[in-house]
Amino acid sequence: MKIELNDAEKWINLFVDKLEKNKAELNELDTAIGDGDHGTNMDRGAKAVKDAFAKKTPVDLSELFKTTAFAMIQKVGGASGPLYGTAFLDMSKAAKDNDDLSALVQIGADGIKRRGQSDVKMKTMIDVWQPIADDLKQGPLTDQQVTDALESTKDMVATKGRASYLEEKSAGHLDPGSQSSAYLFESLIEVIGG
Amino acid sequence: MKYGIVIVSHSVKIADGVKDLISEAAPSLSITVAGGTDENAIGSSLEKIQKAFDENIGDEILAFYDLGSSKMNLEMFMEMTDKVVHKYDVALVEGAYTAATLAEIDSPLETIENSLKPLIIK
Repeated sequence: MKIELNDAEKWINLFVDKLEKNKAELNELDTAIGDGDHGTNMDRGAKAVKDAFAKKTPVDLSELFKTTAFAMIQKVGGASGPLYGTAFLDMSKAAKDNDDLSALVQIGADGIKRRGQSDVKMKTMIDVWQPIADDLKQGPLTDQQVTDALESTKDMVATKGRASYLEEKSAGHLDPGSQSSAYLFESLIEVIGG
Repeated sequence: MKYGIVIVSHSVKIADGVKDLISEAAPSLSITVAGGTDENAIGSSLEKIQKAFDENIGDEILAFYDLGSSKMNLEMFMEMTDKVVHKYDVALVEGAYTAATLAEIDSPLETIENSLKPLIIK
């Protein structure tokens, strides 16, 4: 399905609202298996996205994703900055001549894989992005699909990112980057319907 | 000057400290750093990386980093710039020191890279 500018705008706005609202929850998840700052970092990114939109309303899909990317890249600080930044930047480039939602999400997932030199089953945000990209290719997304993708990270042993230093002790906890990515796709469902 | 060195670290103090250390071995080399976030907290900043490359007067840059997001931001910058950047996945202190010592005496890139090989850790 195609995604229109006004829906995409609502999507990103809902996402950053969720990031702000769930700052403590993301920090808590990251305290268990990382350095405890994912919520604080994403909250900083969320505020930067809001500021950027307030300064200049994006005129098309490409600009919307680009503004989101640069705010994240400049303000997040942790690894999620360049990861989300690359996803949205690659989506921005593609959105110049492609407004197919599932294609754009796949391009975002590929960007994260390139930047993080990662793939599925490593207990990273890819474990939400890739299954969701696949689900979107099949039809409308459901909350259950997002929950399933997120929950799948719980039992995984991390082999990429800060949590990989913990080796098997990383199992039993949700991946914080997957949780923030789940907020992104829950926001999408709220806008386009399940 | 043929080569310059850029240090990217999560910490302002580590970045500055590595520069202090390797400057002893390479007093005439252009060495610039990007340490910490824009607010000088722990993390990395694409803007600081951009600035470190802008300020460096080397024709080609030998780049060294510490952890995850330093690497990712450095690679993101490399995709955006026209500068020639050689990034090394080596132990930060030992790698930067080795490269600085050799670049200071105008060693060719091949010599520098051969000396860096045993220091690859990531």
